[in-house]
Amino acid sequence: MESIGVLMTCPPPDAYLVEQLEKRFTLYKFHSIPDKAHFLNSNKASIRAVVGNASAGADAQLIHQLPNLEIVSSFSVGLDKIDLAKCKERGIRVTNTPDVLTDDVADLAIGLMLAVLRRLCQSDRYVRSGQWKKGDFKLTTKFTGKSVGIIGLGRIGLAIAKRAEAFRCPISYHARTEKSDVNYKYYPSVVELAANCQILVVACALTEETRHIINREVINALGPKGVLINIGRGPHVDEPELVSALVEGRLGGAGLDVFQDEPNVPEELFGLENVVLLPHVGSGTMETRKEMADLVIGNLEAHFLNRPLLTHVL
Amino acid sequence: MAGENPNFQNTDPPTVLVHRFPTFDFPPGNRLSTQFHLLDPITSPPTSPVLLHSIRALLCIGPVPVTPETLNRLPSLQIIVGSSAGVDHIDLTECSRRNIAVTNAGSAFSEDTADYAVALLFGVLRRLPAGDRYVRDGFWPVNGDFPLGFKLGAKRVGILGLGSIGSEVAKRLAAFGCSIAYFSRKKKTSVLFPYYENAIDLAANSDVLIVCCALNDETHHIVNKDVMVALGKEGVIINVGRGPLVDEKQLVEFLVRGELGGAGLDVFENEPNVPKELLERDNVVLSPHCSVATPESFEALQDVIIANLKAFFSNKPLVSPVQKD
Repeated sequence: MESIGVLMTCPPPDAYLVEQLEKRFTLYKFHSIPDKAHFLNSNKASIRAVVGNASAGADAQLIHQLPNLEIVSSFSVGLDKIDLAKCKERGIRVTNTPDVLTDDVADLAIGLMLAVLRRLCQSDRYVRSGQWKKGDFKLTTKFTGKSVGIIGLGRIGLAIAKRAEAFRCPISYHARTEKSDVNYKYYPSVVELAANCQILVVACALTEETRHIINREVINALGPKGVLINIGRGPHVDEPELVSALVEGRLGGAGLDVFQDEPNVPEELFGLENVVLLPHVGSGTMETRKEMADLVIGNLEAHFLNRPLLTHVL
Repeated sequence: MAGENPNFQNTDPPTVLVHRFPTFDFPPGNRLSTQFHLLDPITSPPTSPVLLHSIRALLCIGPVPVTPETLNRLPSLQIIVGSSAGVDHIDLTECSRRNIAVTNAGSAFSEDTADYAVALLFGVLRRLPAGDRYVRDGFWPVNGDFPLGFKLGAKRVGILGLGSIGSEVAKRLAAFGCSIAYFSRKKKTSVLFPYYENAIDLAANSDVLIVCCALNDETHHIVNKDVMVALGKEGVIINVGRGPLVDEKQLVEFLVRGELGGAGLDVFENEPNVPKELLERDNVVLSPHCSVATPESFEALQDVIIANLKAFFSNKPLVSPVQKD
């Protein structure tokens, strides 16, 4: 398979993935190629696979420029950077890495809830900067028993619910349709869900419908004691609205792992004590990254050996 | 005379002497003062020593020591109502000798403390404070991806002290897929988690040690050098109990030499002083002894204190008596 050209469209997300791809294929790192048009012109014939992730995948233009593209193997669950309609039209297979990062992302959602309510990062700053010697840290908010509202009750949403139950949190959710196999309370609208929970967590896929699903109305319904957790995608949240709500005290707090224009984070948030800001580390654990890399490679190998794909979307 | 009126006597609130540091008090508006006559020498020094001689109940707020000298001034004392889960600041042997009952916070703090232990573990394994610093200090656009953390569910968690806090920790971490084992003075018959007979064996079979036992002579420095060696260089120590449960000097050395993976510490041996070697490290999470500091905990604590005092003044069984071994 060494002659098969694989185009990595995202910045290398993982050293192990790069190493394993280079062992098997001819890997082109698109991100670091200065003259992309020239590169595509001279190599388009040999490129039969694209590896992308949540930051870069394969848009219509790129797909158009790669006549021999057969498969897009994404190092992510989300596929919003891949033009699925175009892939379908061309018969290009698409794979992702579902399930393996479910636990990490759900873990992080709970970690963010705890960190925001218990002011974990702020208390760490308090000790490191020597302020403890000058007096006691202020009271924080209990997490156990707080009501948690989940937007999107897929794999990740369910995993969050299961964990939050261990903290005696009443669970409610919003999804396109009510699920018959769960006992959690269903709200047909996000605003109603927000008005009836203390912690609202975004765990749905990013689609045209769910873009800015957290808007001004939802934020106001959540209210000055409510906490928003986003472990989904930045564009799920109307970020300027969120920033102004936090600055004006219309929202109690936020735990954010994703942002609209990563790696740029609104600077107005940097001085706030009721927010926890993370550099998109939802699936960022050693254990999970290795599993994801193995799936990306396993799907590519399966495809080129004419075996059934491990985790295909198309 | 008022004293002969039974109705009056019933409504006259019983007197409770308050024992606290000047810097340490309940938030204003607590419910205790509506039910008891609280005598606080810090705000209103007693006019005569005779009054202290008649005191039967002492409310001990926070970590203020109760020594034989304290007790000598209170010859009629029958109960000390503590406001913390651990009562290592109260001389239990002396209380026992004088037949003075001691109560603690019971399970009022268990959920908050367990939550905090989980938060600290997240803080270390998923590097939350370090990641938050990375974003706030503007490193993300400059340095790119943040170093990976570790998966919670892949960890074997050893709990030192499976009391009411330890049990709540176990319940929470089991939901993340962690495997749980424990060490306690005694094996619990009602628990299915594997039991180890000493802290070293528990550490040798764990990736994470969560310290939440009571501090006493037996548990002082229960996490010593040998336990740290057994835990290993990827190992993580979380302490939400008391500072002296961990040999802090050794802990610092192990962390500095890279012989431990990380630590999440809410308590220290010499609070509020924290070893300066820890202040610059990204694999430790530090907090100012605040695992119980929520309004919800203080509400629950007031319930426990009121219940213990009411039980005492009406000769009923106490709600959260401390058992002396």
